[in-house]
Amino acid sequence: MSAVTAPVGAPPANPARTVMSWAQRSSWAIGLVGLLAILLVFTKIIQPSYGVAGIQGLGISILPLGFAAVAQAVVVIAGGIDLSIGSMMALTSVIAATLMDGQSAEFGLAVVAGVLVLGLVLGAINGALVVVTRVPDIVVTLAMSFVWAGFALLVRAAPGGAASPWLMNLVIGPFGNPWIPKAAIVLVIVVAVIWIPIARSRMGLSLYAVGSNQLAAFRSGVPIGRTKIVAYALTGLFAAVGGLALTASTSIGTPVPGPYTLESVAAVVLGGVSLAGGRGGVFGPVVAVMVLQIIQNDMTFLSFDPNFALVAQGVILIGVLILGSVLESRRARR
Amino acid sequence: MNASARANEWLTAVTWRRLLRDRPIVPLMGLLAILVLVIELADPGIVSPEWTGVIVRASVPLAILAGCQTLTMLTGGIDLSVAAIGSMAGFVTATLVHSPGGVAEGIIVALAAAALAGLLTGIGVGVFRVHPLIMTLGMSFVVLGLSNVWQLQMVQTGAGVPDSLRWIGSSTLAQVVPYNLLVFIPLTLLILLGLRRTGYGRLLYAIGDNPVAARLSGTRAWQVLIVLYVISAVMAAIAGLLISGLTNTASVSLVDTSLLPAVAAAVIGGTSILGGRGGFGGTIVGALILTVLTALLTVLGLPEPTRQVVFGSIIVVVAAAYTRVTSES
Amino acid sequence: MTATATGLLLEATDVSKTYGAVVALKAASLAVRPGEVHALMGANGAGKSTLVKILTGAVHPDSGRIAVRGRERTVHSPGEARRGGLVSVYQEPSLIPDLDIRANLRLTDTPLEPFRHWLTQLGIENLDLSSMARRLPLATLRIVDLARALAIEPDVLMLDEMTAALPANLTQRVLEAVASHRGGDRSIIFISHRLIEIASVCDRATVLREGETVGVVDVTPGSEERIIELMLGQIAGEMPAVAGRTAAHRASVTTPRISVRGLASGTKLQDVSFELHPGEVLGVVALEGQGQDELFDILAGSQRPSSGELLVDGSAASFRHPADAIRAGLVYVAADRAEALLMQRSVRENIALPFTTRVRRWGLIDLRAERETVDAAVSRLQIDARAGNEVRRLSGGNQQKVTIARWVAGGVRTMLCFDPTRGIDIRTKQQIYLLLRDLAEAGAAVLLYTSELKEVQLVCDRAIVIFGGRVVEEISGTDADEATLLRAAYHLRSDAAMPEAVAAETVAAETVAAETVAPRASDAANGPGAEAAPPEQADPETSR
Repeated sequence: MSAVTAPVGAPPANPARTVMSWAQRSSWAIGLVGLLAILLVFTKIIQPSYGVAGIQGLGISILPLGFAAVAQAVVVIAGGIDLSIGSMMALTSVIAATLMDGQSAEFGLAVVAGVLVLGLVLGAINGALVVVTRVPDIVVTLAMSFVWAGFALLVRAAPGGAASPWLMNLVIGPFGNPWIPKAAIVLVIVVAVIWIPIARSRMGLSLYAVGSNQLAAFRSGVPIGRTKIVAYALTGLFAAVGGLALTASTSIGTPVPGPYTLESVAAVVLGGVSLAGGRGGVFGPVVAVMVLQIIQNDMTFLSFDPNFALVAQGVILIGVLILGSVLESRRARR
Repeated sequence: MNASARANEWLTAVTWRRLLRDRPIVPLMGLLAILVLVIELADPGIVSPEWTGVIVRASVPLAILAGCQTLTMLTGGIDLSVAAIGSMAGFVTATLVHSPGGVAEGIIVALAAAALAGLLTGIGVGVFRVHPLIMTLGMSFVVLGLSNVWQLQMVQTGAGVPDSLRWIGSSTLAQVVPYNLLVFIPLTLLILLGLRRTGYGRLLYAIGDNPVAARLSGTRAWQVLIVLYVISAVMAAIAGLLISGLTNTASVSLVDTSLLPAVAAAVIGGTSILGGRGGFGGTIVGALILTVLTALLTVLGLPEPTRQVVFGSIIVVVAAAYTRVTSES
Repeated sequence: MTATATGLLLEATDVSKTYGAVVALKAASLAVRPGEVHALMGANGAGKSTLVKILTGAVHPDSGRIAVRGRERTVHSPGEARRGGLVSVYQEPSLIPDLDIRANLRLTDTPLEPFRHWLTQLGIENLDLSSMARRLPLATLRIVDLARALAIEPDVLMLDEMTAALPANLTQRVLEAVASHRGGDRSIIFISHRLIEIASVCDRATVLREGETVGVVDVTPGSEERIIELMLGQIAGEMPAVAGRTAAHRASVTTPRISVRGLASGTKLQDVSFELHPGEVLGVVALEGQGQDELFDILAGSQRPSSGELLVDGSAASFRHPADAIRAGLVYVAADRAEALLMQRSVRENIALPFTTRVRRWGLIDLRAERETVDAAVSRLQIDARAGNEVRRLSGGNQQKVTIARWVAGGVRTMLCFDPTRGIDIRTKQQIYLLLRDLAEAGAAVLLYTSELKEVQLVCDRAIVIFGGRVVEEISGTDADEATLLRAAYHLRSDAAMPEAVAAETVAAETVAAETVAPRASDAANGPGAEAAPPEQADPETSR
């Protein structure tokens, strides 16, 4: 189907130009990484004892939100939004923890696979409802967040269950070098393995196309409804990974949704994904999650009330958007 | 074959469509009545004046919070900061109970803080065109964080929900009429009158229905939006105070569980999240429906989780029905 | 007479389409032979674009048949049409703004080599395929869109106003490419307002008028006149002349209500000057996209000019918001009723909307007074308000009356009407003409852009003709018959016997003058990626 002609006979790409163009396009993400580096240095300065333990803690603490942010990024890129991510994470988390409790490693592996499929199905249901009912996505996913959270509580009324030990080993602890948390590696690898092939495929292009300009996408022959459903299904898949991460990092399943839905929206915006759709990637939001977490840590080190971190998060979120809006209108005036 | 019968049938379908589209409050009242009937059948004798009082008392704060969503949704927005602001209001009032100014000072500080938060939200949405979902989300982070800070500052002075709030939030006249209606009825009249009979109300609908047309007719949307988000924040604060009085608790996350039901009540009540359609009357009925539904599910012995599943499904179904009847085809 | 027998490549028969109350196509037919370039002609709103959208599956017709190579088929989506060899290049480029060119090509399965070939043919040599579509100027985007379509060698290629936003050198390249693509089995459907282009590349022309096919013409030297005649239709006395015009003499003695000097904006509006006096109806005549949209936007306060002066009642004015224009007495009636009306609200709320926009009118509404004002306006415009609790359920004509009533109710000083009679019935049109005359008689100034040239002579005291963003002619109302106006609008000399070559030169020169300025990036941003959805986006087209 994708009989895409290879760039045979195309003039050799000028590598410098390619790098420049990549840099231009990823300027937001690069800026975020720079900010992350600065923050790490700053953290080391204000808290000289910050080291292996801090980094490891950081790795574990960002894992579930990192996946939630990626999940949200996928659907926002396709021009939608999903307010049921936290609930899907809770549901997949309790199911995994309940099924794995006291079972063999092999069974645990099967559970992981099953939960990932479940995530796809949950997301596809969300997407199908959005497409078929034509009710605004905010309303549909808000309503479905009740439904998924309700199912989570039906599976387990209280936190409990257990994660397979191998699953916990997968994310807790260092990866070779004590400075590299396994969690970060898992986050990057899982996201890369799922997202990069998709982003490179026709489907990935279609996701961006639908989010960028639905009419142009339609005229270019993109099936709008099907693409949207795929976007929501992928979001469900990443939410399921997030749910597994939650179980792995806390060793239990928690039926009550965490703050992940709303924080994922914040991370997506900070990560350079346009809420209007079509712009951004999944790694920006991941870095944004790290930045937010370090800011929170730093405020603790500076013996600020940790709650100011929340305030800071809100102010950063609003500030970034206002800045964007001012820049946009200035550009339009020119 | 039977033309008149077919025409009749068609007429009925059209009539229902029209009814749901133009006067959604009528079928909603019907749904409410059915729910009350079902609960009476499930547990004969439960429906009584006292029971009605309990339902109304629980519905009032929800309806006010849903009112915040209704007003903002009329303009095509939404207000996710109501939970943080409402909780903050209840909490601040409780912590200021021993201050020299007493309860009045607490309430004034709470309302003023809410208004300030609403003002900032309104500036963000109206002037800087930040998406309302994100703006109110960011504002809720800020308010929640500051409430937490306040909590740590004030913890030594002691706190408690003032008696007057408990009275108005939870007491009833003759075990039937909740006193929170003293707040709710004037507020409702104000909103209904405001939406139907004032220039400002017209502009809310206008901005939500067609921002371009509103602009071309001379509406400066930012003025309308700033005022709107201040109103919404103050209403959220009032709801927070009532909930704090009703539950006799003050915590920074008190109102959180009411946020999604509030949006649901507005949607069920016929307000379109796309703007320009809906009203507060339907929202009140929507809040009553959700409260009765909760009671019904409790009576049926269904656990809380099932209630949530039913809630969510109902919202999707009702919203889909509205979308169907209101879309031009 | 089956299609197979005639060997037609594409045949559409009796296609119709209505949008709500608006009839876009009544009975359009089109027969394209293999290997020809076929022009689709018609005045603004004749239904050309709708027909193209139907042929490419973007819009579904209410009735009619479409046959490709003699086999009847229903095209469900642009993707399906594309695979079946029917490809369209639309007025707004359908490249995805947030993808680079290479990705846009992959999205549509476009082979790279032919694309590069056509791109070079079309005069763009060094396009960086990794540049984002949103960063390219509009003219480049249109060329890229065309090259992309040519690269997949479609059986039928439809070009909708392909040359409209192009500088002259690119236009020439496009015409050459069109000529070279033709032949063998492949045909092109070519829509353009420029007769000179039609004459140079097209073999035959189908003319649409008010949604109906009114004739098919072999394009030969001198056939332009025949095409124009068909586009005009019967010059029938079906419409009685409206009230006599007495305003002309008044004009000279008063301060102009509006005085516009050297107004320019973007690439479309170059240099427009005119005066509008109290008591007159001034017509504006122009083909699509000659800068009239920008002119009206500036006067209505929606846009600010890049240069030029605007005087209202003799003193300089600058509008930052439509509210400023309204305060200065300039009120705007839009052609697109979806832009002007609160579709889900009542007639009454729509008419009363301007009353409450100012902060000090936010309080309680005096319902009695409002009802009186609104009722007066409703009866003056004879609005049928029976379905009045939702404006979207009114007919198109009644909707348009509501947008006018909104301003009449408050008392009009200066009314800017942008094609107010587009797509409405004849009776309502007449009522609107009478109303505009009445307003003028009562001392109001009316600026009327209309795509229905017949109206000019009926309603206007005089008319200015805009071409390429400049006023090229001023015609007094009595002389403004349709043929004169159409020739003026096409910038042909009014004496019909002008040799073709001279006409060609004139148009070409004008084109160069008007369009050598390359469209800026901001135009591109306003094109495909615009946040403000194109009105079309409301079409049923995008729903799944």
